[in-house]
Amino acid sequence: MTLNTSRRGFLKGAAAAGAVLVVGLKPNGALAAGGSTAQINPFVKIGADGRVIAIIKHFEKGQGPATGLSTLIAEEIGVTMDQIDYEFAPSNPELYANLAFGQIQGTGGSTAMANSFMQYRTAGAAARAVILDAAAQATGVDAGTLDIVDGMVTGAGTPMPLGDFVAAATELEAPAEPTLKTPDQWRLIGNPDIRRLDSKIKGDGTAMYAMDVYLPNQMIAMLARPPQQGGLVAGFDDSAAREVKGFIRAATLPNNAAVAVYAENTWAAMQAREALSVEWDLSNAETRDSTQIKAEIMAALDADAEYNVLKNDPAPMDQAAQVIEQTFYFPLLAHAAMEPLNCTIEANEDGGVTLHDGAQMPTGPHMAMAQIFDLPMDKVRINTMLAGGSFGRRATPTADYQVEAALAFVITDRTRPVKLVWSREDDMRGGYYRPAFGHKVRVGLSDTGDIVAWDHRIAGQSIMKGTAFEAFAVHDGVDHSSVEGTADTPYTIPGMHVGLTDTKKATSTLWWRSVGHTHTAHAMEVMMDMAARAAGRDPVEFRLAYLGDSTDAKRKAGVLKLAAEKGNWGNAPAGRTQGIAVHKSFGSFVAEVVEVSGTADTGIQIEKVTCAVDCGIAVNPDVIKAQIEGGVGYGLGHVMRDEITLTGGVVDQYNFPDYEPLRMRDIGAIETHIVASAEPPTGIGEPGTPPAAPALANAIAQTGTIVGVLPMINDGVEFA
Amino acid sequence: MSLVLKLNGVEHTVDAEPGTPLLWVLRDELQMTGTKFGCGVASCGACTVHVDGFPMRSCITAAEDVAGAEITTIEAIGATKEGAAIQQAWEELDVVQCGYCQSGQIMSAVGLLTENPKPSVGDIHDYMDGNACRCATYQRIRAGIQRASEIMEG
Ligand code: FES
Ligand code: FES
Repeated sequence: MTLNTSRRGFLKGAAAAGAVLVVGLKPNGALAAGGSTAQINPFVKIGADGRVIAIIKHFEKGQGPATGLSTLIAEEIGVTMDQIDYEFAPSNPELYANLAFGQIQGTGGSTAMANSFMQYRTAGAAARAVILDAAAQATGVDAGTLDIVDGMVTGAGTPMPLGDFVAAATELEAPAEPTLKTPDQWRLIGNPDIRRLDSKIKGDGTAMYAMDVYLPNQMIAMLARPPQQGGLVAGFDDSAAREVKGFIRAATLPNNAAVAVYAENTWAAMQAREALSVEWDLSNAETRDSTQIKAEIMAALDADAEYNVLKNDPAPMDQAAQVIEQTFYFPLLAHAAMEPLNCTIEANEDGGVTLHDGAQMPTGPHMAMAQIFDLPMDKVRINTMLAGGSFGRRATPTADYQVEAALAFVITDRTRPVKLVWSREDDMRGGYYRPAFGHKVRVGLSDTGDIVAWDHRIAGQSIMKGTAFEAFAVHDGVDHSSVEGTADTPYTIPGMHVGLTDTKKATSTLWWRSVGHTHTAHAMEVMMDMAARAAGRDPVEFRLAYLGDSTDAKRKAGVLKLAAEKGNWGNAPAGRTQGIAVHKSFGSFVAEVVEVSGTADTGIQIEKVTCAVDCGIAVNPDVIKAQIEGGVGYGLGHVMRDEITLTGGVVDQYNFPDYEPLRMRDIGAIETHIVASAEPPTGIGEPGTPPAAPALANAIAQTGTIVGVLPMINDGVEFA
Repeated sequence: MSLVLKLNGVEHTVDAEPGTPLLWVLRDELQMTGTKFGCGVASCGACTVHVDGFPMRSCITAAEDVAGAEITTIEAIGATKEGAAIQQAWEELDVVQCGYCQSGQIMSAVGLLTENPKPSVGDIHDYMDGNACRCATYQRIRAGIQRASEIMEG
């Protein structure tokens, strides 16, 4: 997917996506009668008091788009960050599509800033233009000599609040191509002192997540789901549940996938569900152990590949003086976002329904609701709430939990809103995992220590096949998300062959922070280190030899050198070892140096992680740093000790005690350096994750232990 | 059963079945939603409140067991010296990401600073070990506690 962020590209992209162009939009009528806030265009509202409201088309799960997109609007209009608020957009793909996704409104693939950068700046500039035109008419001063500074219109005598001109501005048509501010005029974009707009509410308990929706008279619904995926309800006995005070009733969902337990409050729903006895039809349920799934993947690595992705087949291994080989296994992983999945549905007076949801991809549940309730799209409303994390889990091609809620609501008399709540155990056992993958890599080196052949085999379950995203992500049978980061690497690797085999569906799988890069970066970067060591060369110098003249290669080399320099590469303090890795994902380049103490036997302690990132123009530098910190933590925490396993198809893990989250003491310090860039902004929510785990593996390798099977605790590594 | 809970200095009479965790009384009965549900088994800390000044996991604390005690939640912790310092530091450093764990982080951090106004890094790690953050905001939490300690010194 390419994302054109040039202005022409934006206009074309917006037109192609069927979006109403911000420019030229005449919003007469958008101003509610008697309302004090005017809708200037789909992305900007301004109150008569001059307060600007940015309409955010991306949901906020912590990655900072609410602040980022507000920054763009505030910058172009000329207000401070104290003078702007934000609201989440309604579900309306005609206006709010993700320009990287075509007709779909949604957040993912680290695209929030990349696809919005020109759109939101243009929207802000269009708003500024009509306000200045209105001010020009009112004052008789030429609009070209007026300016908006900190919310005040200047250039016509005493500065006047911009709110004075909002009513008149709504009657004017914005110019077709509003003039954008140039980088030398930016005061907010790139300013490291800009703070998040959601910090205060998230520190005083007032932030409202979907879990915090309490509608009058609502019921809580929890579902009794089958112990194994694919099971169906054969019957149930709720006599014990009836003894629970607050229990309302139990009913089988129309698709037989679960029994819904309705109660007056969450605790009663939990107790009643516990007391329910359900008979399951497991004839089509998954019964395998994860050891079988692993064995199938590992066997596929040794058989012929199903797809030759890079057709350098076979890799010319016969030219090698020395061959290094390593296999890797990546287990199933849960997302385990902090807020358990939930959403609330209520009936509207107009016969429609409203879904209150931390909606990552509103278009999906929107269409599902319309279908389930047999409603036209405009009778379904989605109220997007803050989300307590996602890491991809809230965007499923099946709109899984929203559909559950809709099915639980559709079989009631719909007089009481239904809030579907998942427990942590439901989340841990509820599927949609990062798929298990295996890699087997053989690298051939010449007698001078240069790579002459690279045979890279990958096997695992496709995320995209069989979903609505198949046409978009699968080409010639190859699910790009299974191989991204290998076949398309910016390294120039001689004699590279990449082969892929799809393994049987084992459980429901899903993207997980950084998708395929979670495993491909690991295999690539651990092999690079092993090859460098075998060649007796420095890992940084060795990698640079394969980073040539392409723009991508230069940017990748840039972050590699910067991380090495800032991380004091090669000069670890006594008792410490270092590992490095670099990877491109979601258009951004990140290199990380992990410094550890201890050994695999005595206990590894991660003392320090030094990161360098090139994500184009750094709109909110401090948010970028936070995302790298979080991405590193997410990558390292899982690779240290987490996996989902199955016994007879049943998930073995139940809650955090056996899917142990990263804790504060696990990482000493994370330091992030941002490369100054004039390139369009690229992803930041995910790119911090891929290099973290291989950099740790490479640091541990320096202590003498090569890790191939993840999590690392399964391959002989102790952590302090 | 009817219970009187003293929450943030105000008495509330609530109806709760014996054994109902304080968490669900706060959230479902009183709609005090700042206290979060993360795991229900005392392993994440998202539900942390103070009972007579000490952090407790409200997901495993039966409401009737704390009837009569002084219960403080995130909604009122800013009224304490430590709470105000922590919240100020959290904003200065933009500690939060998704924010869902942060009520609990703040309640635990306030507990720490109340007992130990100048904690070492080791003290912070020990005290905060039970508060998970899936967004991995840990280094900012650590820095936030250190910054709050400075703010309290004045
Ligand atoms: S919800 Fe109480 S500790 Fe997790
Ligand atoms: S900020 Fe998201 S879980 Fe801590």
